[in-house]
Amino acid sequence: MNPFSSGTRLRDMIRAIRACKTAAEERAVVRKECAAIRAAINENDPDYRHRNLAKLMFIHMLGYPTHFGQMECLKSIASAGFPEKRIGYLGLMLLLDERQEVLMLVTNSLKQDLNHTNQYIVGLALCALGNICSAEMARDLAPEVERLLQFRDPNIRKKAALCSIRIIKKVPDLAENFINPTAALLKEKHHGVLITGIQLCTDLCKVSTEALEFYRKRSLEGLVKTLRDVVNSPYAPEYDIAGITDPFLHIRLLRLLRELGHGDAEASDRMNDILAQVATKTESNKNAGNAILYECVETIMSIEDNGGLRVLAINILGRFLSNRDNNIRYVALNMLMKAIAVDAQAVQRHRATILECVKDSDASIRKRALELVYLLVNENNVKPLTKELTEYLEVSDQEFKGDLTAKICSIVEKFSPEKIWYIDQMLKVLSEAGNFVKDEVWHALVVVISNASDLHGYTVRAFYRALQASAEQESLVRVAVWCIGEYGDMLVNNVGMLHIEEPITVTESDATDVVEVAIKSHNLDLTTKAMAMIALLKLSSRFPSCSERIKDIIVQHKGSLVLELQQRSIEFNSIIAKHQNIRSALVERMPVLDEATFSGRRAGSLPATVSSSSGASLNMPNGVAKPAAAPLMDLLDLSSDDAPAPSSSGGDFLQDLLGVDLSTASVPSGTNQAPKAGADVLLDLLSIGSSPVQSNLSTPDILSSSQDNKMPIATLDGLSSPPSVPVRSTSAGGAASMMDLLDGFVSNSPKPEDNGSAYPSVVAFESSSLRLTFNFSKAPGNPQATLIEATFTNLSPNVYTDFIFQAAVPKFLQLHLDPASNNTLPASGTGSVTQTLRVTNSQHGKKSLVMRIRIAYKLNNKDVLEEGQISNFPRGL
Amino acid sequence: MIQFVLLISRQGKVRLTKWYSPYSQKERTKVIRELSGVILARGPKLCNFVEWRGYKVVYKRYASLYFCMCIDQDDNELEVLEIIHHYVEILDRYFGSVCELDLIFNFHKAYYILDEILIAGELQESSKKTVARLIAAQDSLVETAKEQASSISNIIAQATK
Repeated sequence: MNPFSSGTRLRDMIRAIRACKTAAEERAVVRKECAAIRAAINENDPDYRHRNLAKLMFIHMLGYPTHFGQMECLKSIASAGFPEKRIGYLGLMLLLDERQEVLMLVTNSLKQDLNHTNQYIVGLALCALGNICSAEMARDLAPEVERLLQFRDPNIRKKAALCSIRIIKKVPDLAENFINPTAALLKEKHHGVLITGIQLCTDLCKVSTEALEFYRKRSLEGLVKTLRDVVNSPYAPEYDIAGITDPFLHIRLLRLLRELGHGDAEASDRMNDILAQVATKTESNKNAGNAILYECVETIMSIEDNGGLRVLAINILGRFLSNRDNNIRYVALNMLMKAIAVDAQAVQRHRATILECVKDSDASIRKRALELVYLLVNENNVKPLTKELTEYLEVSDQEFKGDLTAKICSIVEKFSPEKIWYIDQMLKVLSEAGNFVKDEVWHALVVVISNASDLHGYTVRAFYRALQASAEQESLVRVAVWCIGEYGDMLVNNVGMLHIEEPITVTESDATDVVEVAIKSHNLDLTTKAMAMIALLKLSSRFPSCSERIKDIIVQHKGSLVLELQQRSIEFNSIIAKHQNIRSALVERMPVLDEATFSGRRAGSLPATVSSSSGASLNMPNGVAKPAAAPLMDLLDLSSDDAPAPSSSGGDFLQDLLGVDLSTASVPSGTNQAPKAGADVLLDLLSIGSSPVQSNLSTPDILSSSQDNKMPIATLDGLSSPPSVPVRSTSAGGAASMMDLLDGFVSNSPKPEDNGSAYPSVVAFESSSLRLTFNFSKAPGNPQATLIEATFTNLSPNVYTDFIFQAAVPKFLQLHLDPASNNTLPASGTGSVTQTLRVTNSQHGKKSLVMRIRIAYKLNNKDVLEEGQISNFPRGL
Repeated sequence: MIQFVLLISRQGKVRLTKWYSPYSQKERTKVIRELSGVILARGPKLCNFVEWRGYKVVYKRYASLYFCMCIDQDDNELEVLEIIHHYVEILDRYFGSVCELDLIFNFHKAYYILDEILIAGELQESSKKTVARLIAAQDSLVETAKEQASSISNIIAQATK
């Protein structure tokens, strides 16, 4: 025997593992076995491969890593004998799944085995393919499987049919190839083939309407006949289960009929008789019969309307519901949920039974029943149903209370006919299961209470009473404390008594007691205590007689370790002690909370969409727009508001100077990045949204031409400003990137000769049609300010009219433009327009001047626009 | 469609797992732990269905073993109970009054039988007789191969190689 192969047999290994007393021992045995198997794998020893694979599978089942055995499976599959292949395919299915790359390697072996002469080997390959094939394998091997649907042995045909199901699930496009071969399977006599063929047909109908139409036309008649035959078949021991011949076949036939009948009245009509027969004749004393009835009911519910059948189906469900078997009741509840859509009235008749199921001892049934009850509630029955549910809340299991409370609260909120009822029900829920109530539910309750002005007195008294009875339910305490704080005076004076109420006598000190208990309780959390603190502050003004005592309670928390309480305590104490005159105004009742806003916000907060949350921020009751955190929101606000936004920093001066609507300009600037190779953000901002002649598309051309014109001048002056600095402009950070850009220019521009305090004139801008010259002077004593005299000269032979010069500067500069000397520029340099600019450089000495300009004029009544950037200012301005 | 099949002992030991949908090794362990916690804790008179992560798990206890199958929301729970029983009956016939130990030491046989009943999470054969016949035929193929390997002529051939 090979010294490296593992000597122990599979049986011995299992025994050894089972004999282990501790997990550590088991790990040791497994480690030893794994080491031996690895050694055998390295040896490439085929004699024990079979045994090693079996061991690996067992080890895998125990949860240990076995990836090193994956290649062994492939080798085993590739070997010639049936035993090796059998264990190899089993290992493949156990140790690998479709997401592993290794699986691709087996495609070729599978293909060979699918064409093998031994039908059992073909069967193994089909089984493996059906259980773990991936989409790629499905594509590669679909033709083989399709061919095997017509194989001579029925046992291969049935495997091929199930394999096809997997294939069309992975690659639905392949469905059409299977439509025709499957039709043949439906006519078979062999039950295995029939069952799998029908299943394949059902799945084909689900993925392809073409298949659905095809089978409706071609196979419906045959299927109905097959079902009739199997329903009426004499005793067949091979397929018999509890006196029914092949319930599995029944169920699959009914399921396929459901697909074919759904949405087609004519097809539905053709299956009515047989469905009625199944529904009436099937024995319902055994599980198999009930399974068929259950499937039949679902089919009746899904196919097109036939009143008589539906009555039959609902009656079956009614019978199920009163069955003593929990399984049957469970499926009945399950099916009634679907039946509600069809016939709500009929389901309502079983309401009492369903309510009983909510109180069942079985969690699965309870959950189903509760969901069903939830669907059954409407305006008419909400009161009795809620009553039942809240009563049950008292006795239900702890783990069920969460679900139950959530559903009751939801029902009450949705269908409450009047506010007093709403408050009563919520009070009950809070008293019973306040700890299970979600925050938004009691928030909603507070909003409702604050809106019900005629019920304030009633509510505060009711909560006061409830609090006496059950003080350990957190959310009950919160709402009660809030009510007492707000409406404490009504509690004491019995204001707004309703005739249904019993009068109670509560003194001011009693009410304070309740809040004091809340603040001192160790079981309640910070939020509750903070709320109690506020309530006390409010009561200090409402109950003058208790004012001193309240102050004492508040002062006790001055040393609280919880910052929140400590701060509140100190602040409130000073309000009570030092600000008598404003206190009563300060602790007035809260203004009524707007219900519509609240519910809107609540709805909006669930799906976090920009539109709803921005809507909410606009609707804030105090009129203060919430500061929007996301820059995106800022942007949206900008575009939605008509007024210019005061907050956008970079947009401000541009907007003022140029009248450019930043919000519209900056959005496309983010999207137009591609054509902007030579442009930068300011240029872009200036050009977009300007004169109506220009479209966005022509912008790059204009930009490039103006730059071409500018280039020689810049070179002449020896000041090569890099004209194509790539600038990434994001719509929100436009201003910031502009600053960066300008900084970049400063550092990149070479130093010109400095002539002391006298500054040379520069040609700031020159195009083929226009020249702009700047003369500089400085007022003595103010080095920051520069006076620039701009002279415009017309180089073309035509007169320019409506001449307008505009300029923009970065933030560290301030620019003031005086009016131009004229708005008409005579032709051919025969005259000029001058305009004075005053620039103040707040970063004098650190940064040079820089400027963007735009010149607009009319040439023969056509708008012309020229733009440029001036960065060749002498240093030191 | 059946998503996966689990056999769990009353002590929570896994006796067989078959996955028809891809679950990673980590997810498998988690699923098994989660489900055995839920199912083993349920009382004997309760219904055989547990709702779990949007699926339903149908389980049935036979002696010390729980047979569990996880199915889609709209599958027929009662039928799956029958499928479980179908499998158990075939195991019972094959092993002759099957017990947990049979399934531990012959776990691969249990898999072979399951593979003749289910493929791609769908039922393949409703006749117990047919399944038994197919398994027997394949077992005899294995036996023949073994005999050949251990036949005298083969041993001589090996020795003289």
